[in-house]
Amino acid sequence: MNRLAPSRLTRWIIGALVAAFFLIPLGSTLLYTFQMPDGSATLAHWTSLADPESAAKLRPVWTGLTNSFVLAVVTVTIVLFVLAPTMILVNLRFPRVKALFEFVALLPISIPAIVLVVGLAPIYLSIARSIGTGSWTLAFAYGITVLPFAYRSIQASIDAADLKTLSEAARSLGAGWPTVVLHVLAPNIRQGLLAGSLLSIAVVLGEFTIASLLNRDVFQTSMLVVSKQDPYLPAIFTLLALTLCFVLLLIIGRVGRGIRKAQP
Amino acid sequence: MTAIASSDAGVSRSAGRRRSARSWAWLGLVPFAVYVLLFLALPTVLAVGSGFFASDGTFTWDNIAALGDPVVLKTFGNSAWLSALTAVVGAVVGALVCYAMLGLDAAGAMRTTVDAAAGVLAQFGGVMLAFAFIATMGVQGVVTMFLRDMLGIDIYANGTWLYDMPGLVLPYVFFQVPLMVITFMPSLSALKPQWAEANLTLGGTRAGFWLRIGIPVLAPSFLASLLLLFASGFSSYATAAALASQGSQIVPLQIRAALTSETVLGRENLAGALALGMILVVGVVMWLYSLVQRRAARWQS
Repeated sequence: MNRLAPSRLTRWIIGALVAAFFLIPLGSTLLYTFQMPDGSATLAHWTSLADPESAAKLRPVWTGLTNSFVLAVVTVTIVLFVLAPTMILVNLRFPRVKALFEFVALLPISIPAIVLVVGLAPIYLSIARSIGTGSWTLAFAYGITVLPFAYRSIQASIDAADLKTLSEAARSLGAGWPTVVLHVLAPNIRQGLLAGSLLSIAVVLGEFTIASLLNRDVFQTSMLVVSKQDPYLPAIFTLLALTLCFVLLLIIGRVGRGIRKAQP
Repeated sequence: MTAIASSDAGVSRSAGRRRSARSWAWLGLVPFAVYVLLFLALPTVLAVGSGFFASDGTFTWDNIAALGDPVVLKTFGNSAWLSALTAVVGAVVGALVCYAMLGLDAAGAMRTTVDAAAGVLAQFGGVMLAFAFIATMGVQGVVTMFLRDMLGIDIYANGTWLYDMPGLVLPYVFFQVPLMVITFMPSLSALKPQWAEANLTLGGTRAGFWLRIGIPVLAPSFLASLLLLFASGFSSYATAAALASQGSQIVPLQIRAALTSETVLGRENLAGALALGMILVVGVVMWLYSLVQRRAARWQS
């Protein structure tokens, strides 16, 4: 408990006011999903999720969700098999490019997605010609969007583990580099890899800007499509998706505390 | 020591092997470098560069000149005004939340919950925030109907403003406050309780501590967070796009119009010019942010 903290009363006042500001819209969204247009209570919106009659209406959402999950998998693959090995390599062999690497990894924070999409449009035009218009190709762009998040989580783990000593010990015991990376280094930074992957999933599930302007169908764009026919369904999916992201971040919080505890 | 011992065995051979290992190791950086060049550097260059070219590929200042057009200037003004307003409100409220959170156990369940909730709302809200506000304050929204039926207040008596500029303020504050909590909390936690004790033993008061020590020490961090909030408001697209399905009140929405309808203000490739204008604004703000942040980091060791 920090001695700089305000009194219990001040804390409660701030807490109650801010909680009200945040809980009223979220609570209203929940109430909204149990309401008919005339204001009477109903469960119809939730039961319609399983109702074959609304299947046609829901089809864009399922398509979007499937695409988003595929995108999440490909993006996590990029994070784990392109970003993470490069970070290990940079930290072990090229400490001099660490600062430059960090600058590049955090750069996407300063470049708005809406700007990136202007330049991505012609690139995806040529990708469509050569690889096709499969929505999974968006993962190349998403890999950049998640870069700062993934970099921070993985770097925190790398800083907490002594990669150099670990790799030298393994090498001197005769391990080859693939064994060192897969069986020695990766397990030691697994918390960072896990946190980075979960954050990437959260970013991909919530991404709208790039997908919408490149005309791909993902979870977020599909909600906008469905909202034109039925305003209640997007509210339901909003609550479910926000809850899912919240749980992902709670897990990351637990994992992160594990990292801090591991430090001396 | 081990390096010296092993190099005794065969100096020339191990040195040769090391050099060749190093030259191979560089190759390991290639995939990532190519990836970043193709999907970060190239799109940025294309986005900014395309503003200088007409659709037939010839160089032109025409699109850049459009940045001085009154319509474009007005959207930049709108964007700046919206980002500044929501950044200031978000920063002040967020800082108060951080102040209250000092009283929470740093490893407690409450703190973890607030952190996770802040992360979700600040970073992954986007379109979903728009839907939450439509459900709350839309024409059929829960709060709208409650106020109208129970209290007789019609918040839309002068027209439905949720889908226009004023309607963006509350959803933007909704992600600015959590962003402030995420960015400002580390600085506030770094404030040393020993300073407060030193202040008290020297006869200072609690208010005096905040006025003379706390606030001056935190001012750079606060300013840095404020700049970050401004940049985040300025670049945000999803929430506005979902709420304002038509019109181009702010710069990101004008880029949408330029991308989807090809000609805005009778110009092609205007999206590139707008992207350039946007990256200039955000770039300058983020540059200031890094300057202030460096100053702020002095107290965080």
